[in-house]
Amino acid sequence: MRPAGKTHAAKFALALAVLIGTAAAPRAQDDDVVKIGVLTDMSGLYSDIGGPGSVAAAKLAVEDFNPAAHGMKVEVIAGDHQNKPDVGANLARQWYDVDHVDVIVDVPTSSVALAVGDVTREKNKVFLGSGPASSDLTGPKCSPNTIQWTYDTWMLANSTGKSVVETGGDTWFFLTADYAFGQALQRDTTKVVLANGGKVLGDARHPLQTSDFSSFLLQAQTSKAKIIGLANAGGDTVNAIKQGAEFGITSRGQQFAGLLVFINDVEALSLKVAKGLVLTETWYWDMTEANRAFTKRWQQSRPGKFPSMVPAGVYSSVIHYLKAVEALKSDSDGRAVVAKMKEMPTDDPLFGKGSIRVDGRKIHAAYLFEVKKPEESKYPGDDYKLRATIPAAEAFRPLKDGACPLVSG
Amino acid sequence: MFEIFGIPSQALFGQLLLGLINGSFYALLSLGLAVIFGMLNIINFTHGAQYMMGAFAAYFLLNGIDILVPHFTGTWPPTFASVHFGLGLSYWWALILAPILVGITGLVIEQVFLQHLRKLDPLYGLLLTFGLGLVIEGLFRNAYGSSGQPYQAPAALQGGRNLGFMFLPNYRAWVIVLSFAVCLATWFAIERTRLGSHLRAATENPVLVRAFGFNVPLMVTLTYGFGVALAALAGVMAAPIYNVSPQMGTDLIIVVFAVVVIGGMGSILGAILTGFALGVIEGLTKVFYPEASNTVIFVIMAIVLLIRPAGLFGRRA
Repeated sequence: MRPAGKTHAAKFALALAVLIGTAAAPRAQDDDVVKIGVLTDMSGLYSDIGGPGSVAAAKLAVEDFNPAAHGMKVEVIAGDHQNKPDVGANLARQWYDVDHVDVIVDVPTSSVALAVGDVTREKNKVFLGSGPASSDLTGPKCSPNTIQWTYDTWMLANSTGKSVVETGGDTWFFLTADYAFGQALQRDTTKVVLANGGKVLGDARHPLQTSDFSSFLLQAQTSKAKIIGLANAGGDTVNAIKQGAEFGITSRGQQFAGLLVFINDVEALSLKVAKGLVLTETWYWDMTEANRAFTKRWQQSRPGKFPSMVPAGVYSSVIHYLKAVEALKSDSDGRAVVAKMKEMPTDDPLFGKGSIRVDGRKIHAAYLFEVKKPEESKYPGDDYKLRATIPAAEAFRPLKDGACPLVSG
Repeated sequence: MFEIFGIPSQALFGQLLLGLINGSFYALLSLGLAVIFGMLNIINFTHGAQYMMGAFAAYFLLNGIDILVPHFTGTWPPTFASVHFGLGLSYWWALILAPILVGITGLVIEQVFLQHLRKLDPLYGLLLTFGLGLVIEGLFRNAYGSSGQPYQAPAALQGGRNLGFMFLPNYRAWVIVLSFAVCLATWFAIERTRLGSHLRAATENPVLVRAFGFNVPLMVTLTYGFGVALAALAGVMAAPIYNVSPQMGTDLIIVVFAVVVIGGMGSILGAILTGFALGVIEGLTKVFYPEASNTVIFVIMAIVLLIRPAGLFGRRA
């Protein structure tokens, strides 16, 4: 070994300094920026429902909260999970570990949401799921770091599903997107159909983002069920209904039940095709003055489009999150922030007063809408008429039925 | 209504007819691939992207396209503005124009890239066309996202008729008829006409054919263009059924390659018959065992390769 000279010692000291310097940095610091990550589907079948619209809503929420007035710094970034759980989970991990993101919002596509929920729990951050539907997120997969904000499959089944059965649709055939969301929606709706004296004659499971439904629709026709329940969403629902019209499904006595339909789907189908469709949303842009005002601002970045309940949920969840962080004076402990959010009652211009349950379920009223006929619509976006209001106390699954480990007793 | 193996005949015939529609696309696309392979000895992996370009061409011809045009205002660099070129050409125009336009891009690809690979192992052609396909798909996905653009069937073909066992939309019946006609015409042109005999001779012995005074390189280039035009025609026909999206080609091309392998690379008749037959078999599988419908074609491919490696109609290379 060479005798240690001056240069050798200097190199050794430098190396030691670098090693100590980098070794001190591994844990994410509690920086003073609240970073919000909008993880959504930017270009796939759910991009109209969430996508850039959700990003716009998050930015509006930050604007309205006015961080400067509260002495906070807030940043919003966006990412595309492409409806793939592995892509979403990796992006979430990178955001939490490297980019100091404190909360992830939106995440339509339930399979991605379940994966992101797991990562969020592991990293003790916050996940506010305004986009996903699966009721498992507040059931067996509930977590102290997750809040499901806008809607879920149980609510849809008990609102749309129940109303369809009660008006005579007692035999069902399901057209199901074959992944977590579709299966959850089919399961929850089947329970409702059977509980109300109906029968399920069969199902056809299709891959997510299918463009040709012809053979599945043919199976539905052969089953002779009165109702073809669409346990899918976004582009899949639009394609199924369009091709159903092509194959003369409705003219031969069968009806579609759109179990999850958003205003963007109605716009894509046009009122001529979608008229009479019964659906449930928890927020409609034309219901209150505050909703209309929000929509006008939102449309500045999304001209010609209308916000569904998903961006509205993003707005509401971000505002409440920022209020909780301000009250706690910190954003680093995800569980603490979520606990604070559950402790504080919610109040925002879009959803009004509400609350968050111990299982992570945000509670508010649900509305059963019917799509207007073209001649009933007076201006663009005038698509819905209100059929019924389901009060908040009844809209969601009772706490004891969820099998959520966080619910004691 | 009677039952076959426990399945109501209505469902069976319905799925068979739908299978025939899928088979039409398989047949058209594998015909293009077989023509290109037979003539150029190149496995054209760009075929899926060219099918997609045909569908997009139909969409652009109808709805117009936004192109960034530079405005030269005296300062450098020039500013770019998006200009809308709209033609409003209907589906019927697109059936003729889209294959021509995409066929021209095929000619360009052949002249710029493929002609240099003629003397090499077909593997190089495969790699090049595969890469080209990825580039083209990436460009379109960058511009249009991955959700589809809608394209309406023409008014004359909307509606349908009740066949008793199913309701057949007129447009889908048209797809079967047109693809059958095109396949028949192509087969006839290649196997039964003088021009076709020149093409086949040029494939077997290009030097000798050239000695007779025929412009073989020109024939090769035009043949590639024709194969690409066939893919684009399939794309235009697919536009009203499947949404016009950048990945419509990749979804289909893997299955089409399996069809070509089963039929025998280079055999025109094999490609056509196998395309239709496998579409029908896939439809049958959807009735009896839907979970296997994605894989049945590949299972058949594996079996055929074990028994007859050159394919059902292929000539031993």
